Amino acid sequence: MRRREFLLGFAAFVALLPTKVLAALWNKAAFESVQLKDASKYLNVDAEIPSADIQIVAPDRAENGAIVQVEVKSNIANTEAIAIFVDKNPTPLIANFVFSNGAEPFVVTRIKMAETSDVKIVVKADGRYFTNSKNVEVLENGCG
Amino acid sequence: MDNMKMRAQLKGDFVEVKVLMSHPMETGRRKDDFGQLIPAHFVQLLTATLNGKTVLEAQWGTGISKNPYLTFRLKGAKVGDIVAVTWHDNHGATATQDIVVTQA
Repeated sequence: MRRREFLLGFAAFVALLPTKVLAALWNKAAFESVQLKDASKYLNVDAEIPSADIQIVAPDRAENGAIVQVEVKSNIANTEAIAIFVDKNPTPLIANFVFSNGAEPFVVTRIKMAETSDVKIVVKADGRYFTNSKNVEVLENGCG
Repeated sequence: MDNMKMRAQLKGDFVEVKVLMSHPMETGRRKDDFGQLIPAHFVQLLTATLNGKTVLEAQWGTGISKNPYLTFRLKGAKVGDIVAVTWHDNHGATATQDIVVTQA
């Protein structure tokens, strides 16, 4: 089977999966938590170790909280996942990225920030958790 | 579905993939002009593959900005390889797009 046909077939298969199956993959409890500690708990984050080996590139001041670009790079060996939290957002867990098969532990994305807050990163490596934070001053609420 | 812009370029020893998606990413907390809450509508799952093999799986909440932007890097990928990205949102909609890796 040629790759394109295979990909199309796979896309059609995924599209036909019941929504419930996909919903089961999404960590509803963690993403709907309104407290950072609860979101962390539902993501199974435990005994985080502060680490300067997590590099965070984000602006010191963001004019518009609707679009804050954040770059995260983990220099911790065997990094499996990077989670992004914004402490003071209505729901603090923003995203969880899981890397495999040669993907570098690096991600750039754009996030919403309701107010001035720490952007907290949690890295999972070898089953252990590491963390680093960067404060971003927000001049205009981006959560609507 | 033509709602993703993608680029995958070999830069030294890694391939950098940039993706710009078209999606409202509604939080469910915003109100329209008539004071009615706009229902939550956001991408929940995103998967990237290299030549059909999963390299990145992301779960997103409502805190990702409208028209999501993403950059990731792949070691061991080369010119001619195929990178594909698929997303699923909370309404059950989905989109997939692939692109061939080129030299930067």
